[in-house]
Amino acid sequence: MDLIASTDRGLYCAAGDFHIDPWRPVPRAIITHGHSDHARFGSEIYVCHRDTAPILRKRLGDVTIETVEYGEVLTRDGVEISLHPAGHVLGSAQVRVALNGETWVASGDYKLESDGVSPAFEPVRCHVFITESTFGLPIYRWRPQADTFAAIDAWRRENIAAGRASILFAYALGKAQRLIANLDPALGPIVCHGAVEAINALYREAGIALPATHLATQIEHKREFASAVIVAPPSAAASPWLKRFGDYSDALASGWMQVRGNRRRRGLDRGFALSDHADWPGLIAAIEATGAERALVTHGYTDPLTRYLREKGLDARALHTAYGEDQGTEGAEGEAESGAREGRP
Amino acid sequence: MKAFAALYRKLDSATSTRAKQAAMIAFFAAAKADPAQWASAAWAVYFLSGGKPRQTAPTRLLWRLAVEGSGYPDWLCGECYGAVGDLAEMLSLLLPEGVAGEEVSLDTWMRERLLPLPTLDEEERYAGLKRWVGELPSDERLAFFKLITGELRVGVSRLQVVKALAEVVGVDEGCMAQRLIGYSQARRIPTATDFEALIGEVLHSEAQALDAGKPFPFYLAQSWSRPVAEMLPALGSPPDWIIEWKYDGIRAQLLKRGADWRLWSRGEGLISDAYPDLEPLARALPSGTAIDGELVVLIPPEGDYEADSLDGLAIFASLQQRLGRKIVSEKTKRELPVAFIAYDILESEGRDLRAEPQHVRRALLEALVDRLFIEARTRGERLPIRISPTVSADTWEALAEKREQARSLMREGFMLKAREGAYGIGRRKGGDRADVWWKWKLDPMSVDAVVIYAERGHGRRSGVYTDYTFAVWSAGEGASARELVPFAKAYSGLTDAEIREMDSIVRRTTIETFGPVRSVNPTQVFELGFEGIAPSKRHKSGVAVRFPRMLRWRRDKPIAEADTLDALKALLAGQGVR
Repeated sequence: MDLIASTDRGLYCAAGDFHIDPWRPVPRAIITHGHSDHARFGSEIYVCHRDTAPILRKRLGDVTIETVEYGEVLTRDGVEISLHPAGHVLGSAQVRVALNGETWVASGDYKLESDGVSPAFEPVRCHVFITESTFGLPIYRWRPQADTFAAIDAWRRENIAAGRASILFAYALGKAQRLIANLDPALGPIVCHGAVEAINALYREAGIALPATHLATQIEHKREFASAVIVAPPSAAASPWLKRFGDYSDALASGWMQVRGNRRRRGLDRGFALSDHADWPGLIAAIEATGAERALVTHGYTDPLTRYLREKGLDARALHTAYGEDQGTEGAEGEAESGAREGRP
Repeated sequence: MKAFAALYRKLDSATSTRAKQAAMIAFFAAAKADPAQWASAAWAVYFLSGGKPRQTAPTRLLWRLAVEGSGYPDWLCGECYGAVGDLAEMLSLLLPEGVAGEEVSLDTWMRERLLPLPTLDEEERYAGLKRWVGELPSDERLAFFKLITGELRVGVSRLQVVKALAEVVGVDEGCMAQRLIGYSQARRIPTATDFEALIGEVLHSEAQALDAGKPFPFYLAQSWSRPVAEMLPALGSPPDWIIEWKYDGIRAQLLKRGADWRLWSRGEGLISDAYPDLEPLARALPSGTAIDGELVVLIPPEGDYEADSLDGLAIFASLQQRLGRKIVSEKTKRELPVAFIAYDILESEGRDLRAEPQHVRRALLEALVDRLFIEARTRGERLPIRISPTVSADTWEALAEKREQARSLMREGFMLKAREGAYGIGRRKGGDRADVWWKWKLDPMSVDAVVIYAERGHGRRSGVYTDYTFAVWSAGEGASARELVPFAKAYSGLTDAEIREMDSIVRRTTIETFGPVRSVNPTQVFELGFEGIAPSKRHKSGVAVRFPRMLRWRRDKPIAEADTLDALKALLAGQGVR
């Protein structure tokens, strides 16, 4: 029998009687990271990395949480459970599950490039690897992040020269902090939407250094906005909150911006392809690095990635989860849409 | 190429007209100052104003480049194409990064590399493409592939190009529009001399350009779609307007200068050769004449008729049979004869009349057409020209009532032209300006139809299921056996939010996937509007509709209540087609 299987409530390990990122309430939920489609309300006990706990509390309120460190091994009914860095956001983890010499790893969401604000991805050897596939097509190949940050700074300079604010939409948990930590702080003040600033505080409490950030209400003179970068969740787009900034240019930082159609559909001035998910080469490299002979592919471009892996000789199968509907738009807007949900005060 | 690729990226990413304008002005100004760039700038103008060279490498070859160049299987490239919805963009994302070589100018790219491609054999073409792509900086690849696929639309209108160039050169827009006419014709190879001519000083002999047989920029109408009750306050009373029918034909200018005549279509292509039927008319026109009107198929009645009689006017489908024909047989001329319905005169005795008021031009036009008719009659000849009849009534309400007859007369509605208005350039966005031309069209015909197939869109709709095939029932409700018969495809009319919703419905209700097409469980009904309907042997439904688009999502309607083929046939009959 499979050590981990997909049930109507989530990924389930029967031998240890626990779920991973369940989408319906369960007695015991191991949580890979704090994004809302992975950490849902209603379970009795949540188990997660120490840095994920404050995020869960903020999102889910006063729930029962057991925390662990990366690499620390829990044992339940002979099943070894440990968390390993996934490089996705602060506290994000892959879940390693082992029983009788058979090892499974559930990736949650991950990226290979180290972003400076979350512990870098570590490949974990296993027999079966459950991988996400959000960007599982070869057209998704990220440029080195330094190039993308430079492009964003160049856009900011253009805006500053034209006397208008730079409004940068980004997922409030993870992407926003990655941007804040990497953009050129000398260009002008960094102003954050309340939803972003709340997560900034959690990052700082976890010991992650971020440059000074301000709430819009803390800026005294409106003219300062013209040199500022304003980091806001995508849900703030076209909201009255933006009125205070006067003339502005807007942009979205998301992996989906790799394709022009996605940007044009949103009517944004600019799109920067920056993702906290692995690109195609990243997915292939991560799967290879596990040494797994079996791959179970979840949310994203599940079918193409599965077929590709099978043609490469791997025993790959698609595994249904509720982390994303289907490839394309549903999934396509998922990253930004979940950001939208989270941005509401 | 670097400068052009940068301009392409700027235009592609800019959302405001102002930003696009600024990018073009900066580009043209830099080019103007440096004669070494003129040849490349000439190409840039050509592409931006809608020029399309013949595709220099077939899609087959580009696909091979995608598959062999990326090293991924054909099916995976297919998935990538589906997600991007644009071959040029997909190639630029999929192929491995090259090692940037030396800068090659746009002119060199076109003249020395791309245009000669069709003369090479398949393997040489492929080898060339592969090598060049490997030497292209990655941020120039999209523009490069666009040069090949020819889909360089970047959301700038021809008029914007005219404005940008006019500003850089310091001439007025009318003059620049004049200089640009014919510039982006297919198969044309623009040169440095062409760009030099665009940016040159205005010569007193510029007027001579008119003699070269170039048409005037067309004046375009805006849509009037507000309620009848708002017409009086916004437009004044009907007598302030010259009101004519709006025809469903090809907008064209007929020019006679010296002994030569030319027919230009609104797409600004020269189409004289395709309509030799107009030869006798052109011969009869005095030199130095330019008339504006609509080209239609019209079968003249046996007996005598007036200059403003439209008896024998055929539906657009008849004209469609003449479009794109290079050789016109005697049979075609006999069975599908064309006529020119004149509604404006822009030049008479070599004089530009465009600044004259509409009613003055109208009077001159009437005098001209009357004279042509009388002269032809004395020669026992019949000329393929009519004058667009005017319609009058005291109130807009009375006109609205008359407008209802449009469809049975095979017309689209009315044109409203301010009596005192001049003949402008392009489409004015001038609100209630006095010299606006309004088109006041009849609401489209419509039926309630069911979505049965969906395809992903292109451009800003890429990756999303936005293009649907619609069907109606073969028989009424209660019939023992009935099926859904497809009759139209449509992709416009939905909001972005509705598109997202439909996309998710398509994904949830997919029955089968055939390449890019998904068949779906029929669940959604839309009110589908169209401008015209014609019998068709090609379609299973037996009809073909014109400009179909979604008017309304009928969430209230179960699919069983969608319309039937009989409803379509009734519309066909109501249009006067048997």
